[in-house]
Amino acid sequence: MSEDYTRRVIECIAKTQHLDPATVTINSTFEELKIDSLDGINILFALENEFNVSIPDDAARQVRSVRDLAQGLHKLIESQAAAPASGGAVA
Amino acid sequence: MRRVAVTGIGVICALGRNRQEFWISLREGRSGIRQIEGIDISLLRFQNGAQVPGYQPTDYFEPKVADLLDPFAQYAAIAAREAVEDSGIEFTPELKPRAGVITGCCVGGQSTEDVGFVDLYRENRNRVHPMTIPRIMANAGASQISLEFGLTGPVYTVSTACASANHAMGQAYWMVRSGAVEAAITGGSEAIFSMGFLKAWEAMRVVAPDTCRPFSKDRKGLILGEGAAMLVLEPLDRAQARGARIYGEISGFGMSSDAHHITMPSVAGPSAAIRAALDDSGFRPEQIGYINAHGTGTSANDPTETKAIREVFRCHANRIAVSSTKSMHGHALGAAGALEAAATLCALSERFLPPTANYVISDPDCDLDVIPNEGRPADIECALSNAFAFGGLNAVVAFRAAR
Repeated sequence: MSEDYTRRVIECIAKTQHLDPATVTINSTFEELKIDSLDGINILFALENEFNVSIPDDAARQVRSVRDLAQGLHKLIESQAAAPASGGAVA
Repeated sequence: MRRVAVTGIGVICALGRNRQEFWISLREGRSGIRQIEGIDISLLRFQNGAQVPGYQPTDYFEPKVADLLDPFAQYAAIAAREAVEDSGIEFTPELKPRAGVITGCCVGGQSTEDVGFVDLYRENRNRVHPMTIPRIMANAGASQISLEFGLTGPVYTVSTACASANHAMGQAYWMVRSGAVEAAITGGSEAIFSMGFLKAWEAMRVVAPDTCRPFSKDRKGLILGEGAAMLVLEPLDRAQARGARIYGEISGFGMSSDAHHITMPSVAGPSAAIRAALDDSGFRPEQIGYINAHGTGTSANDPTETKAIREVFRCHANRIAVSSTKSMHGHALGAAGALEAAATLCALSERFLPPTANYVISDPDCDLDVIPNEGRPADIECALSNAFAFGGLNAVVAFRAAR
């Protein structure tokens, strides 16, 4: 994961949660950031728009931290880039 | 206070176009969940829904009347016609101004709204159909019922998301009980299969990709449904005097608000509504033998509902049969409570409890007797039907068997 990619993920989370991006790190847990299930779907929506990718419900269910989210999304972006016909294109 | 009898039931939903078909499916544990038709499901993350099979408005309405009514209002009228015919009630000139229609509906004419938006934003037409407003208004079903039967008493619609029908039926019950009206047609209707609305549910990430498996450990969410159910309510003594068939009584109604979170359920709110329904009915907790659960099949609802039932009933919770018929007719939002009231009344009068279908693996967090997959004969005296809505609004209706 590049620094630029991690920064974009963190900015998405911070913007959706109305947080200062400086307070969100790759090691933050959702619990620390007070992200509940409703916040979670808002963040997924923001990330889908930011990276032009479709995140399946199953993949989203187990995510509990910024690192989980960034890593899972990174894998998804790579797999959807490899098979663009079955998913969204990557920006 | 007067006792209130249910003398007529009408149903249209994924399980059938009348009460009989609905009940046979429920008895047999047969699900009406299928691949969604009429919508491009390749654009959706979920593929299945509980739609009224093969529905054609002109089977029920003159083309000119059908043009005036969104499917949710059509379903309301179709269910009301069956309920009225089933009850044998005669709306005399004296009764008409003393009869009410109180319906539940969550979102009104979604497919009508969708068509208008497609015209405006995609087709770049600068006008929408002139019947758009009367088709989308959530009271269109109640108004159509009042028009068809000439009922001029209180007519209105309650909108409390997934608890709409229970709130409506509870109000109707109280009005008949108090003498505010002499008869009521009450229930709920919904028709939600439009792309815009399905996309909104997709974004909530609570719709199962396969089917609805309430209380099962492998549950993955709800399945959206549609349809309507309507009941005819009358004072018990008058129903008995005219020799009406009595499915059962509505004997109590309780409601509460979580004041907790806009979508996450609490235990305290639902248990307060259950207690309120028991208090209103005068039933002792030990009298309850069956609960038709809210049972959406989401990760959040089912364990919370289990806790709420356990909190109210304590040890007796182990002796209550609890099923979610949403596993078969789907989650019809504003119609859900009405379909479930119809299921509960049929269960009491037929002495048979419908199962929770699609159940696979027991979940220690949902450790109630959930009647997995196969219904069973049972002579139940008193039952409850739960509805817990987004927004934290809870409504529970209590029923007594006619014996």
